[in-house]
Amino acid sequence: MVKDPFERTAIFGAGLLMTAFFVAIVIGAFGLGIRVPTCVTDIPPFDQPAVVEVAPGQYVVNVVAQMWLFNPREIRIPAGSTVTFNLTSKDVQHGFKILNTNVNMMAVPGVVNRAQARFDQPGEYLIVCHEYCGLGHHAMSAKVIVEPRTAEGPSLPTPRAMASALACWAR
Amino acid sequence: MGALAMPESEKRLIRWHLYIAYIAIAVGIFFGLLQALSRAKLLPPMPWYDYYQGLTFHGVLNALVWTTFNIVALLTVAVRASLGRPLYSLALGWTGFGLMTVGVAAAGYAILTRQANVLYTFYPPLMAHPAFYLGATLLIVGSWVSGANLILTYVAWRRENPGQRTPLMAFGSIVVFVLWYIATLGVAIEVLFLLLPWSLGLVKQTNPMLARTLFWYFGHPLVYFWLLPAYVVWYTMVPRLAGGKLYSDPMARLAFLMLLIFSTPIGVHHQYTDPAIGQEWKLLHAFGTFLVTIPSLLTAFNLMASLEYAGRQRGGRGWIDWIFRLPWDEPAFAGATLSMIAFVFGGISGIVNASYNVNLVVHNTSWVPGHLHLTVGTAVTLTFMAMATWLVPYLTGRALWSRKVALANMYLWFIGVLIFAVGMMRGGLEGEPRRTNLGFSPYLLPEWMPFLIMAAVGGALMFIAGVLFLLNMAMTLWFSRQPARVEVPMAEALHTAADAPIAFERWRVWLAVAAVLIVISYTPVLTQVLQTSPFSAYGFLPSNPAPIR
Repeated sequence: MVKDPFERTAIFGAGLLMTAFFVAIVIGAFGLGIRVPTCVTDIPPFDQPAVVEVAPGQYVVNVVAQMWLFNPREIRIPAGSTVTFNLTSKDVQHGFKILNTNVNMMAVPGVVNRAQARFDQPGEYLIVCHEYCGLGHHAMSAKVIVEPRTAEGPSLPTPRAMASALACWAR
Repeated sequence: MGALAMPESEKRLIRWHLYIAYIAIAVGIFFGLLQALSRAKLLPPMPWYDYYQGLTFHGVLNALVWTTFNIVALLTVAVRASLGRPLYSLALGWTGFGLMTVGVAAAGYAILTRQANVLYTFYPPLMAHPAFYLGATLLIVGSWVSGANLILTYVAWRRENPGQRTPLMAFGSIVVFVLWYIATLGVAIEVLFLLLPWSLGLVKQTNPMLARTLFWYFGHPLVYFWLLPAYVVWYTMVPRLAGGKLYSDPMARLAFLMLLIFSTPIGVHHQYTDPAIGQEWKLLHAFGTFLVTIPSLLTAFNLMASLEYAGRQRGGRGWIDWIFRLPWDEPAFAGATLSMIAFVFGGISGIVNASYNVNLVVHNTSWVPGHLHLTVGTAVTLTFMAMATWLVPYLTGRALWSRKVALANMYLWFIGVLIFAVGMMRGGLEGEPRRTNLGFSPYLLPEWMPFLIMAAVGGALMFIAGVLFLLNMAMTLWFSRQPARVEVPMAEALHTAADAPIAFERWRVWLAVAAVLIVISYTPVLTQVLQTSPFSAYGFLPSNPAPIR
């Protein structure tokens, strides 16, 4: 079918290149564990306070996005923590990107999204809403504050109940 | 084919498509300029200016109206010229035009009165005025009618010329519209069954996750509906404009068919960061996206080989010399070839977006509009501008008003988009969110400023180039008095269609393959979405956090 040697090289070269790229993302996903968000619709701790330490150094944060803020607005955790973010929206679609991490997900009303990150460097990590959500979209942000580990151990913030925010989605 | 020159009645139909396209882009690029300035803090607050209203105009007018009207116009000329046969029905052509135009007017009214600040992706539960959804529907239905006219023209040609190979120009054009019918199925279901009844108040609640998934079933082949007409131009016109031949006709057909079957079953790559869809299906769609990259890599090879052939025909020698022999001072050639160069960067950035976990770095950051402006904003748009330099004279019989202005238009747009795209994409890597009026944002980071200013400078250059384009077209349409004899540039091929497998002409087979791939890739996705996402979202106006109950 393909007589021209250059054409043949181009076809196989293109196929080989994309195969190599695909292998690379699969290695990234399963070897290095860099995964895209997945669906979790029935998460037991979702009626729990906003920031929960589920095990030493392991936190779960339940975030509700709404026009035009995130609840909670500040997430305080000690350095070296691994944090699971469960995210949903109370009203329209929103975005949730934590700068300088691999956490990047959509907040869609009616469903829960989930992603995980480890925070080793103390400092402030800006969270921006990156999906247009109306008039105040450009003012919608939050923060992860990673505190240096102290000898006494981490201080936890006051938990905030989120059950009311989620009640509208109870099926 | 010279004997079958296009009659004035058909030319008039095509001209009207271009009028609407030019009005659309005039308004569209004006708001584009304001956005780039506003993001870079270079615009004071102005009472009449609403960033997100402008952004809705910019997306709808440039990405949907300018493209669709240009595509119908250019492909009608292409089908007609390459088949050497009159259009199936002039009345059908005007019906399509009328429906599309009424649709644009309806949506335009809703946006103008600030009742549809929902951007051109119109994700529910943000709710727009019903006229917006109705307008979108009419635009699509009108394009179906115009597409049917071309397909019926082709069917008639097949009946009159049994056993003949379809000319590549018509082949590519038919692929564009077949793809369009497959793609618009998703958005038609979304708008007619979910959004329109919901915005009319017939149902109170909707399912945003299902709407998103239907939208992106449409949204990805939509970008190929924009891009493939540029491919038609690059394969079948540019080699002629360059003074050479297309390197391989069969390989071009292979690319078109691969794009036809692979560009729809991969829409979930726009939803890597979504809930309700499992990782395994996201990865499957990533694999499909890499498959659809292959025909574009083949296109890059084939077009470069064609350009090299043309350069050598013009006396070029060695590895580099042939490049300089090409007619870089011809606006049609220069504009189309600069578009291809922009698409090299557009395509590479697209592979980054497609790459599953790598997308986490760039998803919904300003990287994405950077990519979009290289692809639909330049590869497609600048190709249409370049083709207008012969198409408008072809339709009016009057010479192009100014070749120099046309050249300035092409090069300035290209330089502008490179600066703009680097600003947007670098900013995106630093976390700049897209679709955000950052100049008025309380969290604006100082490290974003250089990139925002770069994007503003690039955007301003693109705006000036666009104004030059509109000026040149207006002068050509209404003031040029110099007669011109222009023909549709049609390239011959070095490796001709005779080498292409006969199976390439069996449309039913390719449609069946496309359908099977869509069923395989979308059945699990839609099942998951329907199982996990409730129809429980009330509508919201973009200005009010209280739901519409």
